[in-house]
Amino acid sequence: MANIQDKIAKLFPEATFEEGEFLLINIPDEKLHSLCETLRDDEELSFDYLVTIVGMDWKESLGCVYYLTSTKTNAHISIKVSTTDRENPALTSVADLWKIACILEREVYDFFGIVFVGNPDMRRLFLNIDWKGFPLRKDYDTNPELNPVSIENERQTDDTYVYTRDEKGNLVKNVSKVFEEGDFVVNIGPQHPATHGVLRFRTAVDGETIKKIDVYMGYIHRGVEKLCENLTYPQTLHYMDRLDYFSAHNYHHGLCMCIEKAAGIEVSRRVQVIRVLMDELSRIASHCLFIGTYCMDLGATTMLFYTLRVREQILDIMEKTCGARMTFNYSTIGGVMQDLHPDFVKDVKALLAVIPANIKEYNKVFTGNIIAKNRMEGVGVLSREDAISYGVTGPSGRASGWACDIRKTDPYSIYSELDFEEVTATEGDSMARFKCRLAEIEQSAHIIEQLIDNIPEGEIQAKVPKVLRLPAGHWFQLMEGCRGVFGVYIESDGGTSPYRLKIAPPCLNLAAVVDHITRGDKIADLITIGGSLDYIVPDMDR
Amino acid sequence: MPYEAFKDNEYIEQLVEELRASGTNVIVGTFDKLINWGRSNSIWPLTFATSCCGIEFVSLGAARFDMARFGWEVARASPRQADFMMVAGTIVNRMVPVFRRLYDQLAEPKYVIACGSCAISGGPFRKSYHVAKGIEEIVPVDVFVPGCPPRPEAMIYGIMQLSRKIKVERFFGGVNRQENREEYLKSHPVEEQN
Repeated sequence: MANIQDKIAKLFPEATFEEGEFLLINIPDEKLHSLCETLRDDEELSFDYLVTIVGMDWKESLGCVYYLTSTKTNAHISIKVSTTDRENPALTSVADLWKIACILEREVYDFFGIVFVGNPDMRRLFLNIDWKGFPLRKDYDTNPELNPVSIENERQTDDTYVYTRDEKGNLVKNVSKVFEEGDFVVNIGPQHPATHGVLRFRTAVDGETIKKIDVYMGYIHRGVEKLCENLTYPQTLHYMDRLDYFSAHNYHHGLCMCIEKAAGIEVSRRVQVIRVLMDELSRIASHCLFIGTYCMDLGATTMLFYTLRVREQILDIMEKTCGARMTFNYSTIGGVMQDLHPDFVKDVKALLAVIPANIKEYNKVFTGNIIAKNRMEGVGVLSREDAISYGVTGPSGRASGWACDIRKTDPYSIYSELDFEEVTATEGDSMARFKCRLAEIEQSAHIIEQLIDNIPEGEIQAKVPKVLRLPAGHWFQLMEGCRGVFGVYIESDGGTSPYRLKIAPPCLNLAAVVDHITRGDKIADLITIGGSLDYIVPDMDR
Repeated sequence: MPYEAFKDNEYIEQLVEELRASGTNVIVGTFDKLINWGRSNSIWPLTFATSCCGIEFVSLGAARFDMARFGWEVARASPRQADFMMVAGTIVNRMVPVFRRLYDQLAEPKYVIACGSCAISGGPFRKSYHVAKGIEEIVPVDVFVPGCPPRPEAMIYGIMQLSRKIKVERFFGGVNRQENREEYLKSHPVEEQN
């Protein structure tokens, strides 16, 4: 870390550094782009994966915190830029360096009104174009009369904006178009059975070939990040269940770890084992449902019934211990809600006994099927470079040959002690993504096998103050959800509720990459590709 | 399910009472019964889900909970072919016009079930800046199914309640439900779209 700091200090004398869990570089806006370019392209540093951009309102200034990771060394670094102009805040865009930055900057613009100079598509992302105010600013007017619930269709436009600076450094707003003149645009969604929720694709087609897709989100944007700012830390937990409802345990685990890290709470080994067991059970259940719905998208309806059989068995296990089938609210800060049910070990062993036979059956029924092969192989190929540039993580990223499993690269909890393989493939097509998930079920089962007979005795809840206050500061925690890297950023001002709680969901990246990998493919392949990415819309919209 | 096992029988009895008060012709009444028997046993849902509740709806369709037992398994992707709409999930500001349009596209007679606390009142997201506080502001609702998300059994119970409601409806010259809805739609108009 120290040599990175020296190197940057030499190149950018105006940068200041803050030590923390990751090195934080404070840099003036003018130097941001060249700093990012150096960090990305330097052989030694190669911070080529942009994890997230956290928009911030520090009251006296607005700004962003960029989290970068090196795929070579797995090192992390963060960059902070800010502007004191609250009327017309503008920062430099890094959309030309990381492709995902385009959509992440749009999100920051939507929430904070910060304009990114050079971003090719500076529109609102989740909210209507006529929305008044920027909701995550601290001075946002929450009066519902300003932005009423309306049953009239929202105003639609093809215009988008590109901001540039003229010679004098003034901001210039240029209008450009999302689609070209004469493009034939087909609207898919938001109510469409194959978009897996309420996602909308505005698809420009040339005959049957896709020219461009404009992903239109926000049909389930619930403003979780803003809601969390008015709740105490234990109260914020339950929203994690409702983002990616298949990774409910994992997301809960992630936020709990972040708060525990900040508050300095140690959890017992028993709790860690229970949490990992639940995470891996969720992963199996999630991948099972993926296989079912994906096959159904491709026309193989029967597979849903086969895969839901395993999922229901897992849900029964969860229900006995957690008391719910879907929104468990199981992990607490410093522990878990209840102890394991007496039948837990027996039930899990019964599950492990049936999984191999089930996977064999899935392969027999579907994977080797000639129709499935023709529809999936070579369709929607995503290269490793693009996967990194778009930050496509999880099984979808690993199918492109990028070993991005946080359980391996940044082992948290007890993962470093466990023996499991990180499943990767090199093809990067829909079939590889499908097979990666199938193989991950086996690996998760293998993890559970190692733990199920060795659940240590111990406390299930550490001592936590009744009114939990985090010291002033900021923390960032990464963890592996079922669909990819889930990040959570907490900034505290020393109070009982977070000053800012930012969720970096994996599914936003998965949706952002759809445009890139469907271009040139046939419109029928959109269903195959979208299904194989397995995004969850409430997760990307939050 | 036996009659006594249902929870809110008073409501159904009140509907029957209303029907009796308006009087029924023997022949028309018999046809009513026949048609209602058919309709109440094959209500087709619209595949409509925005979030978590939708996954429980998938479970409901699969082998374990098997809604085909009741004749509800024909989930249609097009609102024009569906009988009722199970609003499974949060409805946010941007979704409201789309949701209302879907409702308007459903063919008569149409019904709505508000499934889960988000659809009923906004649920845990009620205080958000971008969430509709219950779908009753947007469309008339026939049955509410509480839960977050409701268990598939609760959903079955909810749809059974709907089917009971259909059974006591007057199909010929029916006034009770349709009139209420017309009033409702008048008080919640949609502006002319170009």
